[in-house]
Amino acid sequence: MAYVSVKGGEKAITHAHQWLAEDRRGDPGVSELDVAQVREQLSLAVDRVMSEGSCYDRDLAALAVKQARGDLPEAIFLLRAYRTTLPRFGASLPVETEAMAVRRRVSAAFKDIPGGQVLGPTFDYTHRLLDFALAAEGGAAPEPAPQAEEPQAYPMPNIASVFRHEDLLEHDVRADEPAEPYDLTRQPMKFPADRDQRLQALARGDEGFLLSLAYSSQRGWGSTHPLCGEIRMGEVAVEFVPDELGFPIEIGEITLTECTMLSGFAGSAERPPQYTRGYGLTFGHCERKAMSMAIVDRALRHREVGEQADAPVQDEEFVLYHSDNVEASGFVQHLKLPHYVDFQADLQLIRRLRKEHFERRAALKEAAE
Amino acid sequence: MPVDPVNEMAGDERRQWLSILAKAQPGEVIAAWEDLSERPAYSALRAPETGLVLVRGRMGGAGDAFNMGEMTVTRAAVRLESGETGIGYVAGRDRRHAELAAAVDAMMQAPALRPTVEGAVVARLARAQAERRDTAARKAAATKVDFFTMVRTRGPQ
Repeated sequence: MAYVSVKGGEKAITHAHQWLAEDRRGDPGVSELDVAQVREQLSLAVDRVMSEGSCYDRDLAALAVKQARGDLPEAIFLLRAYRTTLPRFGASLPVETEAMAVRRRVSAAFKDIPGGQVLGPTFDYTHRLLDFALAAEGGAAPEPAPQAEEPQAYPMPNIASVFRHEDLLEHDVRADEPAEPYDLTRQPMKFPADRDQRLQALARGDEGFLLSLAYSSQRGWGSTHPLCGEIRMGEVAVEFVPDELGFPIEIGEITLTECTMLSGFAGSAERPPQYTRGYGLTFGHCERKAMSMAIVDRALRHREVGEQADAPVQDEEFVLYHSDNVEASGFVQHLKLPHYVDFQADLQLIRRLRKEHFERRAALKEAAE
Repeated sequence: MPVDPVNEMAGDERRQWLSILAKAQPGEVIAAWEDLSERPAYSALRAPETGLVLVRGRMGGAGDAFNMGEMTVTRAAVRLESGETGIGYVAGRDRRHAELAAAVDAMMQAPALRPTVEGAVVARLARAQAERRDTAARKAAATKVDFFTMVRTRGPQ
């Protein structure tokens, strides 16, 4: 069936967008949010938008949150669209998270992890009671957080290097001649997917989707029985080799959240029993996402440890094809765009089928009488 | 290729100041530049340009690389009248930040100009960064858990 072009609606669309702009601003008697306020005071919304928008830029993400009226998937879409307008200078060297200037690092598995349990700025252990002091106008700035006499020492060893000598935890492997990592922004999804492709998809993936998958796994749908080996959040330097220099230089510092989940492995004929690991890494402070990603990463590695794969979280086509919220939102929401012709065609068909149905019924009734 | 130890050291030094210039906040770089008593003229070799760098992580934290996401980066290159060239590669989209980083990089390579910027720009920016890092590290240390370990003794035998 050919598409029939229908003109019209321009005026309605313009007016709708004008109303949108007015609604975005809200009551003009209330002072306007500026982008810096969003960046500083809605910082976790900004972090989520950078993470799933797959573009680290706090100001752009804050602008996207403001423009999208706080609708984070919409803001993520705006950021993804913007990034397509920029040239790519190249790829960084891999960031070294063990060298992170850690603001938060906890291990739920190992109490005495070297470096200690550093809580950092966390919602954990708050009582989740609404704080009406924050609703009062002109509130004083909070007291500065206490500072210890001795600064936290860096680098802080991570859970993998703490147990490295005993071989109790699976080692990360590095190829002698590593291939260029898979790049989903330049290459289409392929299956079976290697871990680099999966991790890139999960890093861009929707937090809600990954959270639910991780939860389904914990509840028994492809369980990996994870323990939280470590979560760390803080700053790492990004190194890049500019063409004009030919040696790596640091081009800035970014905040990352990293999570390592541990899952027991009883061993096989080739491999001794040891803990296997799932890995999560996000831009900004996105702890729920990093933990979910680590659980899903581990569940998707079922082939490596010979686990039976029968749950959604272990099905890489299911997970990778449905984790991107820009794609998902686009396909679900395209349904609200005009489908007038589809509906017309359906109507004609259903009218004809109904007519035939009633004619058959009438004929049967006549025969019975 | 044999490594030239002098050049190698000079390269390390340059890496260090380029890192300091990149990690500084744009406002700090601009303020330090404007506080200079004399600022040499320079011309653009490459006008400031904003683009993306693909950030890579390591699988598992220490394994082979995977592509994590991109970050905005602005780059610029300048040439001083005395002939030295400098480059700036800085996170974010601040064109002035990239251009001034390039100008300071060029000045640091010019023996006559280096004293002008070494203390007033590079060291000043490095101090601000060290202070921020130290404050965060002290706040982090203040949230470190001090476990009380209950010593359990066995009952009478």
